[in-house]
Amino acid sequence: MSQIHVTTIVNGDPVEYLCEPDETVLDVLRDRLGLIGSKEGCGTGDCGACSVTVDGRLVCACLMLGAEMQGREIATIEGMADGDNLHPLQRKFLEHAALQCGICTPGFLVAAKSLLERNPDPSETEVRYWLAGNLCRCTGYDKIIRAVMDAAAEMRGA
Amino acid sequence: MARVILWGSLKSATDGQTELDIDAPDMARVLQKLVDQHPNLKPQLDRGISIWIDGEVHRDPGYLPVGDDTEVYLLPRLTGG
Amino acid sequence: MARAPLYEEDRDLKLVGSRPLRPDGLEKVTGRARFGADVSAPGMLVGKVLRSPHPHARIKSIDVSQAMALQGVKAIVTKDDFNADSSDRNILTNVMARGKALYEGHAVAAVAATSATIAKKALKLIKVDYEILPHVTDVETAMQPGAPLLHEGMITAGMDPAPDRPSNIASRCEFGHGDVETGFAAADEIIERTFRTEATHQGYIEPHACMANVGPDGAGELWCCTQGHFMVRNTCADLLGVDVSKLRVTASEIGGGFGGKTTVFIEPVAMALSRKAGRPVKIVMNRDEVFKASGPTSSTVITVKIGVTRDGRLTAGEAELKYQGGAFPGSPVSLGAMSAFSCYNMEHVRTIGYDVVTNRPKQAAYRAPGAPMAAYAVESVVEELASRIGMDPIELRLKNAVSEGDKSSYGPKYKRIGLTETLEAAKAHEHYNAPLGPNQGRGVACGFWFNFGGQTCVSLNINIDGTVALAVGTPDIGGSRASMGLMAAEELGIGYDQVRTIIADTSSLGHNDVTDGSRVTFASGLATINAARDAIKKLCARAARMWGIDEEAVVWEDGHAKPAGENAGEFEPLSLAQIAAEAEQTGGPIAGHYETNAGGAGVSFATHIVDAEVDPETGRVHVTRYTVCQDAGKAVHPSYVEGQFQGGAVQGIGWALNEAYIYGEDGRLQNPGFLDYRIPVASDLPMIDTVIVEVPNPGHPYGVRGVGETSIVPPLAAIANAVSHAAGVRLTELPMSPPRVLRAMDAAKDAGTASKPQAAE
Repeated sequence: MSQIHVTTIVNGDPVEYLCEPDETVLDVLRDRLGLIGSKEGCGTGDCGACSVTVDGRLVCACLMLGAEMQGREIATIEGMADGDNLHPLQRKFLEHAALQCGICTPGFLVAAKSLLERNPDPSETEVRYWLAGNLCRCTGYDKIIRAVMDAAAEMRGA
Repeated sequence: MARVILWGSLKSATDGQTELDIDAPDMARVLQKLVDQHPNLKPQLDRGISIWIDGEVHRDPGYLPVGDDTEVYLLPRLTGG
Repeated sequence: MARAPLYEEDRDLKLVGSRPLRPDGLEKVTGRARFGADVSAPGMLVGKVLRSPHPHARIKSIDVSQAMALQGVKAIVTKDDFNADSSDRNILTNVMARGKALYEGHAVAAVAATSATIAKKALKLIKVDYEILPHVTDVETAMQPGAPLLHEGMITAGMDPAPDRPSNIASRCEFGHGDVETGFAAADEIIERTFRTEATHQGYIEPHACMANVGPDGAGELWCCTQGHFMVRNTCADLLGVDVSKLRVTASEIGGGFGGKTTVFIEPVAMALSRKAGRPVKIVMNRDEVFKASGPTSSTVITVKIGVTRDGRLTAGEAELKYQGGAFPGSPVSLGAMSAFSCYNMEHVRTIGYDVVTNRPKQAAYRAPGAPMAAYAVESVVEELASRIGMDPIELRLKNAVSEGDKSSYGPKYKRIGLTETLEAAKAHEHYNAPLGPNQGRGVACGFWFNFGGQTCVSLNINIDGTVALAVGTPDIGGSRASMGLMAAEELGIGYDQVRTIIADTSSLGHNDVTDGSRVTFASGLATINAARDAIKKLCARAARMWGIDEEAVVWEDGHAKPAGENAGEFEPLSLAQIAAEAEQTGGPIAGHYETNAGGAGVSFATHIVDAEVDPETGRVHVTRYTVCQDAGKAVHPSYVEGQFQGGAVQGIGWALNEAYIYGEDGRLQNPGFLDYRIPVASDLPMIDTVIVEVPNPGHPYGVRGVGETSIVPPLAAIANAVSHAAGVRLTELPMSPPRVLRAMDAAKDAGTASKPQAAE
């Protein structure tokens, strides 16, 4: 079977690639574009470690096909910091020790950013439910929730 | 003379004894004497043990000296997560 | 001969106890950190493993000819590609089946091909002729005479007299002291109950992954996510039949382990494939494989009997523990039996354990292996005894809590410990005294873990600009590089930012035992402190040379060499950076080293308080409040200590309420995915409050105890106690899923035995 040619935007940059029809966005990002920040924890959309946005919508990269990305815009963890300026969420994750092993961290950051873009002042419950699709086995979520709330407060200028 | 205390399941290898006095200068020699006296202990000791010397936990502390009043507990090897 | 305590009581710590950012943090929040699956190499092949679909089957033949003929397939390995004379037959056989497939998911063959698509096709072309055998997955069924035998020649060890027939019981162990019958005779109340727990998986988010690059002579390199790369190197060398020196293993960043990455699975397979293909091979497990073919913990059946006097003295404790550890001997039953009564000062204790094999994946260590289930059973009965005699549950525990000098239930006398302090902290906590809402119950439970030290080797290099490179050999699974950096900086008297800690590969340091047993902050920390002290000696000697005075006449204070004694004040103090800058002139590079087989790890205790709300209509349990009080000895980096407390508590919540390996009649795992094996998510949980208790460990200069494992020991019981109080009926099986809780409530209502819910009292 021949490969499919795709032209897309990744983290603001134009990108072209060839992919197999059954290759996921996650496969393409990791294996073809060298963007290893998105992780595969399950491959079935249950863990959220591969969270990215496509045209601004939060998705699991393991559940979409690379071939679907023609003409769309993908944003991954690699595009979150502005040069050497960390996004407030990245800074707050570090300050609050909101990561232990760090494998789930990119997914949490991408998902949390997506939340704060929609709801700059979420309640603890809203943060917990928005992030319920991201699994963390190390932290018990406590410090992650605190980091997101704190980042939201800072971004609101509170 | 160290007092060596074995855990319950080793009784069958020592004719029912669980406390033995062993005269040796260090742990390696204590264990060697123990096996010399009770060869049936060897398979269990080979499976791995942990050693508490006067309440302090060690793994394979062959080099550690033992004194007159040293209390040595042999227990199964600790594993951890 | 008792060693002098290492704890330096009067030490004024400046950095230890602060909360700086971790050195690997930036890479992890930007996606640059490289985990097991994140490397590739030129010419790399994709490795895939063929696994048995049957829980128990004789492998009559394997025909790989068709698969090998597929274009793009470069190598196929089976058991014959491994060293049959390996020293660890169980690991050898678990890595690749020999003769029989012992569980669903047992590796049978493996393929390396130029793409994942071709590798998957090739797996389908391998023809395995199985003779299906009867299977057994339940621990008590496996112990019955006539149960299907996994290992035909296995005679139970530790029985007197030895049985004359083989069985699935690998061994029997026994611990205790005193005479339990005497103890029970002195009791006013005795409760005996049987508890069941299901197997749970460590559930690390990162599946096992590795990349091997091995030449035909077996020499080469391996990159993998593991808790112990020295263990991986030694085991792979053994399984492949090559010299240890020929393999160099680099530990990647590790995406969680919790004990599950303390052994090998795919690593020797990737090496065997790479050796055969002459090209790099990467294997990454999928989640289905993680559940079916890496190690979960044991499922258990535990019977506990405890006696108490009316005034709250525990007179005797007895327990029988049955743990199945999957297809090979080695369940953590002995640790469960040793630790079951470890919190209590009891004159009469006896525990008996059985290590049982079943047609399930070989269990692997899971955070305080064996202890949470035993604590669940014992702490449930202790709580019930408190209710029975009308005593506050913390009061009953305080009355019987072990302290320094007491004989432990497993034998040795305790050194300085902090159980009482954690109980006092819980009792005084606002949580313990807060009102409960409707349908809510409050439970408490204590927990214990041994902790150990072990072999450790650390190098500390002083760089030319006065910064420090610290190389340790214990993979960092929760922020330990930050703790090591703090301890090195503390000793050297320099800033935390001047120290950079890395995990060195197996060719760069002496052997280091695995990151397990809550040993890293204790043992690698001890080695780091001593490596820094070794470097300080050398720094002082260099300063002496620069000043032209005697080495002994130099002291190290606040990051500077200072002349002392009769030379005091004669020269300006030299900073570490100044001495480092002159190193070339004063004798070359400056480095500190330390090697040890660390003893003296301090045991750690915790007390947890939990509020649970039970929906009377559905039986669903919601944890509404949770507080962890645990003795850390000394918290080096309190944020990561809190993280260990919180993470352990939440894994315990999952074990108590949701998680379970569910097997069908066909012996196959029914829920090998995160959708059906449901670990706690953020919306299930409250914040997890923490109280760090600090009762110093005499075996460490700063008093550090391991903290990683104890936190998973109390939750099962604490939650069961809360749920039982809320539901008005004692729950004795995990997980406490909604249908199970509802059934128990309905049965108690029908029988008229339900007690008044705690919230209404």
